[in-house]
Amino acid sequence: MRLTRLIMLAAVVAACSKKPPPAPPPAPEPPRINQDSIDAARRAAEDAARRQREAAAAAAAEEARRAEAARLEAARADARRKLDAAVYFDLDMDEIRADQAATLDAKVPILNANTDVRIRISGHTDERGSDEYNLALGQRRAASVRRYLAARGISEARMDVESFGEQRPAMQGSDESAWSRNRRAEFTLTAGGNPLRVP
Amino acid sequence: MNAGGFTRCQTRETEFGQSAGTRAAARSVHWFGAVLALAIVTGAFAAPVRAQDSVPAGVRLGMRYDPSGKPGVALTRVVGDNADSVRAILIRDLDFSDRITVIAPDSAEPTTGGLNYDLYSKMNAVAVVQAAVTPAGGLHVSVHDVAGKRVTTVMDIPLPVPALSPEWRNVVHVAADSVEWAVRGQRGISSTRVLFVRGNQIWSVDSDGEGLRPVPGTTDALSPAWNANGTMIAYNVLPGDDGPSRIIVRDFATGRSWSTRAAATNQNPAFSPDGNQLVFAAGSDGMELYTVVPFGSDPPRRLTVRRSTMNMSPAFSPDGRKIAFTSGILGHPEVYIVDADGSNPDLLTSSGFGDQLYRSNPSWSPDGRLVAFQSRINGAFQMFTISVRDKSARQLTSEGENEDPSWAPDGRHVVFVSTRTGSKQLWVMDIESARARQLTRGARVQNPAWSPRLDVPRQP
Repeated sequence: MRLTRLIMLAAVVAACSKKPPPAPPPAPEPPRINQDSIDAARRAAEDAARRQREAAAAAAAEEARRAEAARLEAARADARRKLDAAVYFDLDMDEIRADQAATLDAKVPILNANTDVRIRISGHTDERGSDEYNLALGQRRAASVRRYLAARGISEARMDVESFGEQRPAMQGSDESAWSRNRRAEFTLTAGGNPLRVP
Repeated sequence: MNAGGFTRCQTRETEFGQSAGTRAAARSVHWFGAVLALAIVTGAFAAPVRAQDSVPAGVRLGMRYDPSGKPGVALTRVVGDNADSVRAILIRDLDFSDRITVIAPDSAEPTTGGLNYDLYSKMNAVAVVQAAVTPAGGLHVSVHDVAGKRVTTVMDIPLPVPALSPEWRNVVHVAADSVEWAVRGQRGISSTRVLFVRGNQIWSVDSDGEGLRPVPGTTDALSPAWNANGTMIAYNVLPGDDGPSRIIVRDFATGRSWSTRAAATNQNPAFSPDGNQLVFAAGSDGMELYTVVPFGSDPPRRLTVRRSTMNMSPAFSPDGRKIAFTSGILGHPEVYIVDADGSNPDLLTSSGFGDQLYRSNPSWSPDGRLVAFQSRINGAFQMFTISVRDKSARQLTSEGENEDPSWAPDGRHVVFVSTRTGSKQLWVMDIESARARQLTRGARVQNPAWSPRLDVPRQP
């Protein structure tokens, strides 16, 4: 009996697998825009615009970084200049002149931002007076500068003092323009400051 | 080099090395004793004298001379190798003594044997010096007493090679000093040198301005000082790659070096006469005086106790009991004297003379009577001497700017820095006659220090 059922099943399957009669062709439509290409073109344009924006943004970011680096470099150089800047004294004096205070004050925040930095303060004089007196006066000038900075919070342990008296003039000459440039304290970095942190 | 059959002394041509030439000259010290023995034998001296500089009491000289004048001494023609140089050095040394009138006729007087004493008497010579460089390479010198018409002193000193070297010249200087001894009863200062600073190191020049040479290993040095027998020098160095400011002592007899420091800046070292102490100025803010034992292991001990003053330029008295120094305690530099232990400070230079308040850089005369110093007058430093006993002062210079005095061992000559030629050069002045002569030329100088008598060429 199974075989008959199988033959009947096959006949039904054969009958069901028949394709339906083809549908009548659809009524003709008006010409149509290829939406896909439009979409693709739009997507391409958007991509391009986006890439352009990203590139511009990247360039702008790069520019900003470069500008920031340059600014930082300039700020570091400025800080270094302020640390190195000499101060000048009146004849036979070791007091910090009023017009020199700003130069010393500018060193304080830089030294505070760079606690690894040590400096050496060298005192100098003009050529008048005896060699010995000038070696002592140069020492007093260096000590005076150290006192001034210490009073503004810089640890004395970070500052060495020394004197060259009249032996290392910054400018040769026997007139006030040379003398005034030689009555000075100079600053040297002896440790730290690589790189210098900007306050 | 030598001609003929001269004995050749091996000597290395180093400026400050101990050489056979030096040893030959060392024999001159023993020779000096022999000269004196000879002088004693000939009756020129009544009592034995040491080969040092003081004139013992009771010495009677075989020549008539006026102690306050400048006795005439004639030099005959010199023969032998480099005779012209020998004669020139002797003439100049005796002239530079400022105690002798040199008579140097261009005569063909025989160089040995009898002299025409009457002729020399007419020339106003009290003594005649005959010198010859022997074929054996020695310097032979005879000193004649004109009034007594006889030879009173004979010297024979081996000359080192090469001729005209500093060691060779020093032997001729020793001979000149001995002639001065024979004639004036006091040894000259020809065989001395002056240390000074030029171009960032220490240099040495002979008393006659010749023999200029650097002292090796003194870069960045200032303020050189001799010990009493010329075997050591001390100086300070500026801060540099080799280390901070410090005092350095060099012992040329042993070749050893030693350094010390008491503060950030250290300067102006000075030996005590017995050599057991070195006094110097040091400070990190202001300046004080410290003493230390050279080559010792103890740290320097502070001598002056005031705070925040400027005490510097110390100088021991010749008897070692006192120290003169510059102090700014009054607000301007003045010269003080203090006991060697730092007690009893006494102002030496009052404000009573000079119109500007700045007096500094004291230097004691060898006899302890005077202190030379510089004082600012009309805006320029000038040299002064002041009597320690009664504080009367005498101005020595007025031309240009004159500073930083150092006494010669004869107690009548002073070397100092002068700008009278337009640049800072060393000048030597005889304080009794005020005669001044230029010692250096060329690049500017500072910090002169006159050596003790150096019979034996010593380093530096």
